[in-house]
Amino acid sequence: MMPHGTTSGGHSRPEDPDPVTVAEDLASVTPAAKHARTNALWAALAAPGVIWLLLFFVGPLYVVLAIVFGRTDPIFRTAIPVWNPLQWNPSQFNYVLARIFGADGVFGPALLRTAVYVVTAGVLCLLIAFPVAYYTARMSGRWKGLLLALLIAPFWISYMMRMLAWVNLLQDDGLVNRLLSLGGLFDVRVHWLTGQPLVVILGLVYGYVAYMILPLYAGLDRLPQSTLEAARDLGASRVASFWRVTLPMCRPTIIAAVLLTCLPMLGDYFTSDMLSASPRTSMAGNLINDSVQSPGQTGQAGALVMLVLLVAVLPMFYYVRSTARGDLSS
Amino acid sequence: MRSPVTWWNDPWRPPRILVGVTMAYLAWSLIPVLIAVIFSFNDGRSRTVWQGFSTRWYFGDPVKSVWHDATLHTALLQTLKLGVITTLITVPLGVMFAIGIDRWRGRLPAGANMLMLVSFVLPEVLLAVALLFVVTSLSLPVGLGTGAQVLGLVTFQIAYPAVLVRARLATIGTQYEEAAMDLGASPLAALRRVTLPMLLPAIFASTVLVFADVIDDFVLVRYLSGTSATEPVSVKIYNSARSAPTPALNALATLLLLAALVAVTAGYLVYRRLTRGDTTTDRGLAGFAGEG
Repeated sequence: MMPHGTTSGGHSRPEDPDPVTVAEDLASVTPAAKHARTNALWAALAAPGVIWLLLFFVGPLYVVLAIVFGRTDPIFRTAIPVWNPLQWNPSQFNYVLARIFGADGVFGPALLRTAVYVVTAGVLCLLIAFPVAYYTARMSGRWKGLLLALLIAPFWISYMMRMLAWVNLLQDDGLVNRLLSLGGLFDVRVHWLTGQPLVVILGLVYGYVAYMILPLYAGLDRLPQSTLEAARDLGASRVASFWRVTLPMCRPTIIAAVLLTCLPMLGDYFTSDMLSASPRTSMAGNLINDSVQSPGQTGQAGALVMLVLLVAVLPMFYYVRSTARGDLSS
Repeated sequence: MRSPVTWWNDPWRPPRILVGVTMAYLAWSLIPVLIAVIFSFNDGRSRTVWQGFSTRWYFGDPVKSVWHDATLHTALLQTLKLGVITTLITVPLGVMFAIGIDRWRGRLPAGANMLMLVSFVLPEVLLAVALLFVVTSLSLPVGLGTGAQVLGLVTFQIAYPAVLVRARLATIGTQYEEAAMDLGASPLAALRRVTLPMLLPAIFASTVLVFADVIDDFVLVRYLSGTSATEPVSVKIYNSARSAPTPALNALATLLLLAALVAVTAGYLVYRRLTRGDTTTDRGLAGFAGEG
């Protein structure tokens, strides 16, 4: 049990409270003391989770900082974390910044490419996800259950398996090339898997679009049908009622869905690795992955992690704030 | 038969383009996977040319089938092991966290809630690199391998049960618990005998979702795996997909798919059973997937 607060009844607490005295006790405490007591109960329930997140979520992010601004062992090339922020040395961070923006900016193109890929893939995802979610939520009728089951399928089919499926199809002698050659009519020998930006972008769309459909579905499913019918009854055309009623009403959902889809893409390296394996399509995630795996570049990897985190932090907090608000209003 | 003009002017006409986009999307999203599954039954070594049906890549081939190749079936076992251990830790932790955060008033729980939501949207690779640094540069009792993988997965997944249970708590409201306490139950007893039974469907759904998500995880488990003995299926696929693998790789992926399918289907059936006669829950798939 929780430590008992001061009770107002004035009677002394028995060492081993039996149920009857506890009930009397509860009846005699002031509401404030009772409130404090139950509050302590809720705090105790939440404590393990909070401690876990502090230890294994906040803690590791601090370790990254300590390594980025720490030293490197001159002989073994291993990173030595420096815990005191006053002794932090920005040389590794500056080195990475120089390689992004400086004259020998080898990281710059990859970061720019990441932005282009993620924005393009995000737009394509929305173009696919919105009609699909809209149809499923509002028009599918008795097919809704089946459709939903099929839309959820990509969630439990492993991402790697879905990429493997495309690796098989896009081989030089794969089904895609054979389909394009129309049974040997044309000689199609497209090397899809050797650094084609389009393939990587479509791979990202393929991998992530399901994560956009489901939140959009939930938002569109909640739209009141009567409001939309009212718009049509009052003379709005299909397009006008969509543009002036449906879209404004689900704008928060759209933004949340786009963020949920695009934020994970920022750290994606495996889609590019699986579908292109060429530095011509490497993204921010590839820079991180490559430097994590080469000895002596730990600090560099950490600096890149911090940079991606910095880019992601604003949209992330926007998402978190709007979600937390939604919690309060519901 | 209606004339095209009447059809065009019908205000409630189902938009054909939406039907088209939806069907095309479903075909695009599912047929490639289906083809990969079919080729796991291919009789030859090719993953692109059909050479007849066989189960040689599952157990027939004495060297390279999933059953006989130790590197393949250890990966499958490691995946399932991680799924079970992580789920067993994550779900109680997340449920307690959600209930506590929901009722505990103050600035601290609001901050903890923010932290949980951030862990939900943070790009996974960032957490994976951070945890890799922790394990390799600090002397911890947990080394790379199953232990570190579980630590990382629990951290990444804890938001799942927390979000689902909080959503359910919001729909239940506080009236049932208050009624129980008015009738003399302590807060803990009201929680145990009134709220928890009502949360059971949400808890169960999150159990299934966490398991299905963990066995598909790639980024965290790859960085935190020590040797090839602790590399799960996803990492195995990533490592060998581009280096001329046999259809045994497809067979391995198909088995994982099957495990997830069984877990999700069985989970959904039990969920329907748990919510039988319950009008406050969305009993459909959307409710099960936490979007209700």
